[in-house]
Amino acid sequence: MDPQTTTPALSADKLTKSFGAFVAVDGISFAIRHGECFGILGPNGAGKTTTVKMISAVSPPTSGRLNVLGLDPARDPRSLKAAIGVVPDENNLDIDLSVQANLEVYAGFFNFSRAQATAKSRDLLRFVELEDKAELDIDELSNGMKRRLLLARALLNDPRLLILDEPTAALDPSIRHQLWDKMRDLKTRGMTQILTTHYMDEAARMCDRLIIMNGGKIVENGEPLALIEKHGQPDLEGVFLKLTGRKLEE
Amino acid sequence: MNLLRSLATISPRGVLKMWERDRRAFRKVFWVSMVPTFFGPLILMLSLGTGVGTLVSSVQGLTYQQFIAPGLLASSAMLGATYSCTYDCFVRLKYQKVYDAILATPLNIEEIVTGELFWGATRGLLGAGAFLLVITAFGLAKSPLALATLPLLFIVGLMFAVLGMTFTALISDVSLFTHYFTMFVTPLFLFSGIFFPVQNLPSWAAGLIEATPLLHCVRATRCLLNSQVTGQFWWDILYVLAVTLIFFMASIYLMRRRIVK
Ligand SMILES: Nc1ncnc2c1ncn2[C@@H]1O[C@H](COP(=O)(O)OP(=O)(O)OP(=O)(O)O)[C@@H](O)[C@H]1O
Ligand SMILES: [Mg+2]
Repeated sequence: MDPQTTTPALSADKLTKSFGAFVAVDGISFAIRHGECFGILGPNGAGKTTTVKMISAVSPPTSGRLNVLGLDPARDPRSLKAAIGVVPDENNLDIDLSVQANLEVYAGFFNFSRAQATAKSRDLLRFVELEDKAELDIDELSNGMKRRLLLARALLNDPRLLILDEPTAALDPSIRHQLWDKMRDLKTRGMTQILTTHYMDEAARMCDRLIIMNGGKIVENGEPLALIEKHGQPDLEGVFLKLTGRKLEE
Repeated sequence: MNLLRSLATISPRGVLKMWERDRRAFRKVFWVSMVPTFFGPLILMLSLGTGVGTLVSSVQGLTYQQFIAPGLLASSAMLGATYSCTYDCFVRLKYQKVYDAILATPLNIEEIVTGELFWGATRGLLGAGAFLLVITAFGLAKSPLALATLPLLFIVGLMFAVLGMTFTALISDVSLFTHYFTMFVTPLFLFSGIFFPVQNLPSWAAGLIEATPLLHCVRATRCLLNSQVTGQFWWDILYVLAVTLIFFMASIYLMRRRIVK
């Protein structure tokens, strides 16, 4: 059998992160299959971004085990970071560089040659429909364009795992649909995805399976439809509110 | 031990890529950056060099302009590197989140910081190099040894880059750089033997200044421009290299501690 179907793309075992005495992620365990879109939901401060930062090797776990694409992020951050892409929760595009230079310089960090970097940047600008904005400054882009550029930047190294931390926050519906289309497109190419979001419709639409976190712990996990049925709710939002302790009619 | 392990992860290629990011970003601010490092020393040399030069016939056997030119040159490298590794790096660190973005790539924090330090030294060298051309045009750098000031100025820049970066790693608010400039950079500029020999001060003050970084840069630059390489020259170089090494390690350690949470 193909080892890809037997070993998970990612497994977390009692993953924990503390900041001083405060436990932000509290011993969570889960596994992600190759090629699926995996959702991490939870209210503000639940620990989603903290989890994502441990997975992407920028923040060392306090304890627990993590295996991402066969690598331990804490031991081999360089190889891991070469294999994944991250769309961060905040815009950190480089405002000192033009749109295309943002991609080209970033490609340099992945050891592209100058010519490769330019070619790949052009391709990706086309993919996110920003090819006519290549020479603009970052300040001249709308929010939706910035988010698309962040997606393009995360795709430079053809990642096997793409992590999207609230990629559609504060975007208008048509841009959200456009981003979802891109995500589906990438998924059909076999790219595993991790999606954190506050939009339950987005999670229901995009995620094959998901976990719901609250206070650093996993309070529920499963397929969106199965969770709706299990909790007897009309939709995922009902499940979310039930589990994270907030009532709909407040 | 942890620090050594952290230093061992630095790859020259990663450092070079970070340096290249800064070089590409620099085009936008080239002329702004030349104001303190090139036009500043130039204005001082023209005003003080000619003005005070009429009052002072010679200092240590040099005309006043000859006397102050090397120190202004060294201070130009200091200022270029200092601005780069204080204000510029702090903005990238705290407001633009450039380092967070780059940390998602195979580069690590050590390479990012080292790239910034070398870029700081490069900026110091750019302004100082332009100023060296002016000095040469004024006929103040006749000896071929003057060319050797270029690598020296790069090292001067590197020393002030690591000093600035250490301060940057420690502060939480951009306004605190005012203290760095008012209490450290400006006094260094005024008391490090650029405008008058340090021996003119009380001996306790001269002794104190001996411990500070810019004096050694000024003396070493003056040696090269006037082709008088003495034993003291090598002591000055040793001082600069030692301070650079110590604060290089400090800045890497503090930046890692600050950024990796
Ligand atoms: N560097 C840090 N130092 C101290 N506490 C932190 C740090 N980073 C995160 N936290 C804390 O950890 C908790 C989880 O934060 P995290 O950013 O992971 O939440 P989140 O689920 O992503 O929330 P949101 O939906 O608002 O993005 C919060 O209480 C936060 O204050
Ligand atoms: Mg978050």
